[in-house]
Amino acid sequence: MNFHAPHIDYAALSPVLALTVGLCVALLTAVFKPLRRTAPALTLVTLATTAGLLIWQWGDATELVSGALRLDDFAISISLIAILTAAFAVLLSIREPAAGQVGSGEYHALLLGSVLGMVLLAQAQNLVSFFVAIETLSIPLYILCAADMRRERSLESGLKYLIVGSLGSATLLYGMAFLYGGSGSTGFAGIAEGIASGPSNDALILVGIGLTAVGLAFKTSVAPFHQWTPDVYEGAPTPITAFMAVATKAAAFAVFVRFFLVALNVEASEWQPALAVLAAISIVVGNVGALRQDSLKRMLGFSGIAQAGYILGGLVVASEAGVNALVFYLAGYAFMNLAAFAVIVARERETSYGDDIRAVQGLGAERPQLAWPLTISMLGLAGLPATVGFIGKLYLIEALVEGDYTWLAVFIAVGTMISLAYYLRVVAAMWMRPEGEAAGAAPAIAGASPEADPVDPEAGRRIYLVAPALLAAAAVVFFGVIPQPLVEFAEHAGASLVGFH
Amino acid sequence: MTNSLLWTPLVFGLLGLVVPRRLAGWWATLGTAATLGLAIALLVGFDSGAAGLQDTVDVNWIPGLGVDYSLGVDGLNLFLIALTTVLWTAGTAFAAFREQERPHLFFLMMLLGETATLGAFLAQDLLLFVLFFDLMLVPFYFLFGAWGSDREDGPTAAAATLKMIVYTLIGSLLMLVAAIATAIIAADGGQISFSIAELAQQPLGEGSQRWIFWFFAAAFLVKMPAFLLHGWMPDAYRAAPLPVLAVFSGVLAKVGAYGFLRVVLPLFPDATVEFQEVVLVIALASILYGSVMAFTQTNVRLVAGYSSVAQLGFITAGIFALSADGADGAVLQMVNHGLVVAPLLVIVAILAERSGTEDLTKMGGMAMRAPVLAALFLIVTLATLAMPGSANFVGEFYILNGLFDSKIVFAFVAISGVAMSAYYALRLYQRTMHNRRPDGIESREIGWRDGIVLVPLVLCILGLALYPQLILSRTDKSVARSVAATAGGRLGGPPKTQARTKGESPLPCASGDACSVFWEAPPAAPSRRGSSQ
Repeated sequence: MNFHAPHIDYAALSPVLALTVGLCVALLTAVFKPLRRTAPALTLVTLATTAGLLIWQWGDATELVSGALRLDDFAISISLIAILTAAFAVLLSIREPAAGQVGSGEYHALLLGSVLGMVLLAQAQNLVSFFVAIETLSIPLYILCAADMRRERSLESGLKYLIVGSLGSATLLYGMAFLYGGSGSTGFAGIAEGIASGPSNDALILVGIGLTAVGLAFKTSVAPFHQWTPDVYEGAPTPITAFMAVATKAAAFAVFVRFFLVALNVEASEWQPALAVLAAISIVVGNVGALRQDSLKRMLGFSGIAQAGYILGGLVVASEAGVNALVFYLAGYAFMNLAAFAVIVARERETSYGDDIRAVQGLGAERPQLAWPLTISMLGLAGLPATVGFIGKLYLIEALVEGDYTWLAVFIAVGTMISLAYYLRVVAAMWMRPEGEAAGAAPAIAGASPEADPVDPEAGRRIYLVAPALLAAAAVVFFGVIPQPLVEFAEHAGASLVGFH
Repeated sequence: MTNSLLWTPLVFGLLGLVVPRRLAGWWATLGTAATLGLAIALLVGFDSGAAGLQDTVDVNWIPGLGVDYSLGVDGLNLFLIALTTVLWTAGTAFAAFREQERPHLFFLMMLLGETATLGAFLAQDLLLFVLFFDLMLVPFYFLFGAWGSDREDGPTAAAATLKMIVYTLIGSLLMLVAAIATAIIAADGGQISFSIAELAQQPLGEGSQRWIFWFFAAAFLVKMPAFLLHGWMPDAYRAAPLPVLAVFSGVLAKVGAYGFLRVVLPLFPDATVEFQEVVLVIALASILYGSVMAFTQTNVRLVAGYSSVAQLGFITAGIFALSADGADGAVLQMVNHGLVVAPLLVIVAILAERSGTEDLTKMGGMAMRAPVLAALFLIVTLATLAMPGSANFVGEFYILNGLFDSKIVFAFVAISGVAMSAYYALRLYQRTMHNRRPDGIESREIGWRDGIVLVPLVLCILGLALYPQLILSRTDKSVARSVAATAGGRLGGPPKTQARTKGESPLPCASGDACSVFWEAPPAAPSRRGSSQ
């Protein structure tokens, strides 16, 4: 009997290893009192190192751990988006009450744990690594959502996310079991072969596809599996909301794309119409739901549902152009949302309105350094020209029309039109006279607001909040005017996925 | 040249952010004046003999998506560009003479608006056109919403502006989808290109043309606005700050009409012919509805607003006459209308400052001690009602001539619009300038500041009245090309109207020479009709 020692490609595993080491070190800082304040810095260093190692691997496609993982440009691009978001979240978490309550070390270790899950998920090529990664991603988030322990809403948010998330995971796992039963393999490539060689329209496979799609729809907050999103987004500490809104969505979409295009590509004609309908429902539900929201975080939650619908369009067409558009949109979406969340964090701390839209009223005159990023972010999300949002929509619509899903492109157009009403409402609050009530009636009784007194009246000037906001907003405009670098980034990602033509 | 023309306003706008507050307006005016200078240079250097694009810029912008940054000037957009720069200079100067809140932002938005509008006129790539077309909304959203006036019995400025944005973006977003679909269908699996010239070479199948036509038409008709799609107009007009409204009404509405000539006619000729009468009905409805509403409104802004609806109806009718005359007249009339509506709104602003109201019933007697103002206003009024001798008369004549050629029934209805315009224009003049002067309203001559803004605009009107051929001789070839695309697809026999060649003008003496007294000779019934059939 021959025994071959497994070949371990340390170079390609290095990003994962770096994250794991960083995670352990961050956790240990909680134990040693003098090191406690270093956790955010350590986390940033870890993220930077990981990003560096990932960029080092750019251009190669390596199968890892006997084919359970595959580090390719697609995985790297999604991981970079997740890491960038995590870095923003770390900055936004400075002086965040939640981080103080659970302990800075633990808080950052959990954040890194979630990032680790995302990096793995973007590479997953096997049902087992897929599921393990998605749980690695989710479990730290359940805790982080509830991290602001003195606030009932935060606890509620964590619990809700735990229950709904578990339901999603269970559905996913059930679907995986069917697919394994139908194809006889856990590897994505093996599943594709199994389906191709088996009988067509095998009930096991179809049920499996349906259940995994539902499970992933839960994770990406695609309607009608979105109900948790607004509540969880509103309740969670805002830096965590920002992280969830962008990074979780990117990672979940990554595996959505890889799983459906690599493992289930043979059945594409079966799931394409179904996903198209989900996308359309998402666009309608998200945009209509966001209309009357006064809480900015809830509004962004609903907007995220609508945006998930747009992004799903990139998968629906099952083409390389679609994947490119999806990656491009995710990257643009990251910048747009991060700019908005950075401003919301700042206003949450310096006013007593929390994340209510009143918190940004008159921001244009009071704090232009915050008003501009939020304005650009809103215009970008609304898809107006000279922002990355416009190019992203253009990219998606081009892919959709090319893939004969013009009706979904029209849905995106109509959804965008509805979305203007709520995005521009925020812009109007910042720059224009308030609607309805007289201008002078602004500072209401303190008791009327759900939040306590301002945490930090100077938050609007803190460099760690203003700089990320300005940086993200600058990126939104930059890639709106000179999109070619980001287009190439997305094209690399799309080209590296194997298994579809 | 086109590049610097396009970006000069924005560069001035951004630099203006660091200029001291009280100079911000003057800096912005300097920027618009510089742009105006560039536009004049462009006009002088324009080769009126060539039909194709001149001064082109063509750079691969997003190769991955097939989008090019390509600009160019031809007879279609040359004078609209000139109009844009003239009106922006006047509007910015008018605003600069007055105290503005947050002047840095105001003038930045003003100049961004100019760049976006020039971009829409200059763009020769379909997607670039859509991009600039949408971008125009952003600065005007801020200008209307943040510097507009709230109404006590109506929506706030922010709400009125939101309504406008949602209305116009319905069309614009559908247009984005349609533009992409056009390019993809035309590419037929090959390399996607959005170049308008290339797309015009490979017309789409009739089935796709049909829906794509309406997606584009929706965007353009809302922008004008045309009847039934004008719902945003009354609120937005009442909310807008007047100097901004002057450029908005003078230029932005024309982008829609221009879009028909630049994009719809050459790219979707079959659908254009098929839906010619539907659009003509909309155009006539706009003329009638706009005129009737302009009779009855007492708010001066709305008189101007509804008269614009009627005038744009006229322009649309000219374009959809699908003859060279009609389209020639439409281009001329676009410039004319811009040149009359902007001074009209400036005068409205001056009158409103004096009387403290914008209600016609509460105004009157302003001419008493202000003969210069009254004279200027009278010239503008007469131009508005297309008095023979004005360039507007020539424009309307061409439009009607084109329409008579192709759709005689529509032409008869359209003629009534000419008569009605006399009523609302004179009513506006009489009610404000003559009549009994109500108490508390002061009749005062305009100062030199307003004069600086107003007199050059009126001189432009007079200049064009003396020499409309300035425009006609330069637009002729390009317009003919644009219209010629639809001639091939016309059902039922050979096209009735050929692209007109030089020297066959319907006006007896409009053959290229200066001809200042042509109205004295009764325009002979189009003499070339016999020759073309």
